[in-house]
Amino acid sequence: MAISFILVLIVLGAIVLTASGIWWFTPLASNWNEIDGALLITLAVIGSAFVVLNIVLAYFVLRYRHREQSRAQFLPDNPKLEKILIGITALGIVILLAPGLFAYSRFISPPRDALTIEVVGEQWRWSYRYPGPDGKLGRANPKLISPKNLFGIDLTDPAAQDDILSYSELHLPVGRPVLLHIRSKDVIHSFFIPSFRVKMDAVPGMVTHYWFTPTVIGRFQAVCAELCGIGHHRMQSPVIVERLEDFQQWLAKQPTVATTVKP
Amino acid sequence: MTHHTHHEPQSFWTKYIFSQDHKVIAIQYTITALLVGLFGLVLSWLMRLQLGFPGSFQFLNPGSYYQMLTQHGMIMIVYLLTAILLGGFGNYLIPLMIGARDMAFPFLNMLSYWVYLVSVIVLMAAFFVPGGPTGAGWTLYPPLSALPNAAPGSGWGIKLMLVSLVIFIAAATMGGLNYVTTVLQCRTKGMTLMRMPLSVWGIFIASVMALFAFPALFVGGVMLLFDNLLGTSFFIPAVTLFGQQLPREGGNPLLFQHLFWYFGHPEVYVVILPAMGIASDLISTHARKPIFGYKAMVLAMAAIAFIGFIVWAHHMFVSGMNPYFGFFFAVSTLIIAIPSAVKVYNWLLTLWRGNIRLNVPMLFGIGWISTFIIGGLTGLPLGNVVADVPLHDTYFVVGHFHLVMGVAALMAIFGGIYHWFPKVTGRMLNETLGKLHFWVTFVGAYAIFFPMFLMGILGVPRRYFDFNALQYLPPQTSALNIAITVAALTVGAAQLIFLGNLIWSALWGKRAEANPWGATTLEWQTPTTPPPHGNWGAQTPTVYRWAYDYSVPGAERDFIPQNVPTEPQVLVGAQSTVR
Repeated sequence: MAISFILVLIVLGAIVLTASGIWWFTPLASNWNEIDGALLITLAVIGSAFVVLNIVLAYFVLRYRHREQSRAQFLPDNPKLEKILIGITALGIVILLAPGLFAYSRFISPPRDALTIEVVGEQWRWSYRYPGPDGKLGRANPKLISPKNLFGIDLTDPAAQDDILSYSELHLPVGRPVLLHIRSKDVIHSFFIPSFRVKMDAVPGMVTHYWFTPTVIGRFQAVCAELCGIGHHRMQSPVIVERLEDFQQWLAKQPTVATTVKP
Repeated sequence: MTHHTHHEPQSFWTKYIFSQDHKVIAIQYTITALLVGLFGLVLSWLMRLQLGFPGSFQFLNPGSYYQMLTQHGMIMIVYLLTAILLGGFGNYLIPLMIGARDMAFPFLNMLSYWVYLVSVIVLMAAFFVPGGPTGAGWTLYPPLSALPNAAPGSGWGIKLMLVSLVIFIAAATMGGLNYVTTVLQCRTKGMTLMRMPLSVWGIFIASVMALFAFPALFVGGVMLLFDNLLGTSFFIPAVTLFGQQLPREGGNPLLFQHLFWYFGHPEVYVVILPAMGIASDLISTHARKPIFGYKAMVLAMAAIAFIGFIVWAHHMFVSGMNPYFGFFFAVSTLIIAIPSAVKVYNWLLTLWRGNIRLNVPMLFGIGWISTFIIGGLTGLPLGNVVADVPLHDTYFVVGHFHLVMGVAALMAIFGGIYHWFPKVTGRMLNETLGKLHFWVTFVGAYAIFFPMFLMGILGVPRRYFDFNALQYLPPQTSALNIAITVAALTVGAAQLIFLGNLIWSALWGKRAEANPWGATTLEWQTPTTPPPHGNWGAQTPTVYRWAYDYSVPGAERDFIPQNVPTEPQVLVGAQSTVR
């Protein structure tokens, strides 16, 4: 009796808490409405299953609870019913998986004209490197990292000289696809921008990637999403999306490799 | 009641301490695991105090917080859940349910417990060494776990953790080989594999999985220990820590993640399959109805075990591995939802047209179904690779695995303890305290973990000492955190009621009948309760039927024990013992 009532209350409570909308996605500020779409379809499918299964559970417990003289029916099996249920489940999975895989295939295929920016994580901050006028990032090597060369940039690479460095903020032009090259100097970090729905680990010894197009001008935040030591919860960085002219003005004021980095 | 058939002269030491009786070993495993779990529970209280009331407690700083977080995770998953389900329930139930006198290798079985105890002592020793236990997270990802001063407890703490795990794996291997051999070799006459209760099936399949999965952790753990102790670079590429180049190069951090999750994901099923089996038996017995689709239930567990070995990289969708792996692991992960769903449907259909007795074991059985539903379903967005990108390493994950692997598994464990306590001790657990324990735990678990899904959708990363740096959180988030903390402390207090009930009832509880629930399985048909060393008196029972003859049409009672011959005229009921 009570358990059926409580199960229904839990389902109602879950619906009310979710529908209140107080704790929900931050407004989307990138092109990835496909990610939101795939996630929302998945949440809709599992949310419906959660409600239906719990209500069925509550009903069965209420309806078939022990009473005087009551006796259970001997029902060991029903292959037809089981097949139908497996079919419904498989259908639900296809409905949520198909759009997910389509969106994923786009998520891992960056456009050719994307602006390449390097993100470097270390305990406990993020720094950024932009390509200069040549549009190319110079080579880097973790063995070259020193107090005068914080990115470990290979100064013998001509493409490196005009690279532009930012030690605190990530600025992005609105509407232009961006491909991040993510590195770490020490332990694993994860570069997570909740408003853009994107995340990827920064792994020492590797370069990882993701791409997105910022669509909203404003100030956002990148945070670390992989435990990286006692400063993990403070490892964050402003992400500023601005008009192209503002972005170029800002970029022109940042130090270049040629003027600031010494071997 | 006669008490004992002595096989050999027994002193206090050989009977209760260095016992080779599977039932005593089961109790030793269970008590040790519950005590370690109580410690893990206290750690979770301290973490919740910090998250609910940040800054109010001086002794909680980021270092100690991350140490508690790491130890809580490792303790609960390995030293509580794995130990209690395989070492506790596995040990107690396998021989009794299959009609054996003991495990195949009783001495090895005893050794398994004592080696487990050593692993627990090494684990706990880390709290008393300089620097304290490791705070690298229970996943122990290198380089964080391998480099000096990268994480709290990077000196003694991490080394003791790894040594403890290696010792635990030795204990689990001794136990696992024993459980598998016993099920295959020691079944009594008539106990075919497809007549075994689902509890035995769950524990058996989980033991096989553990034997395949733990070696990967063993290898990873030893390599990580070498990276820590000997300066090798299995998992460490060229790195610069705090501005200093370290003399390491060439290793790969992802290699450890593959080894860890090749163990870590099957480990989820090592915990959940025995829980599924136990829950199936609770639900069937107390609904007085055969488990629905027995064969499908066994096949579903086998399918989960098999597919469970090819889904591990869904923990690594944003780890930097080849992104094309994502397609394969998303598909394999979502396929595993089908056998899991079959199990849920069959539990519900077992209740359908049943005669449900809402006693404490059944309440926990119902709690298991509900928490497994939400815990299992919330795994789908995390497995659907692109949806995992925003959710990965957020509170959504915390809510998901706590509900499915923590709360659901504990529902089955608690239900199992209330169910089998009368056989183990000869006394009933107090029903009123049991109901109080159930209600607070069940409702409280939803109150703790459901809001975490919403925090995850909002984008709150997990493993944060506080959320002060996050600018995108609505101000009501701290109210939510306070509410979760209050619920967590309350649920924790209810576990103390449970422990008190265990002690009180073991000493002064109501005397139990031999078969108080009217159950069909063999452990309830022993000649004496609690069963003595050797279990069966002069002769082991003979099995004539499957484990689920509940409410058979035409039968006098609503259950027919497995050792009752099929001829209707010899139906004499539960107390019959084959002589």
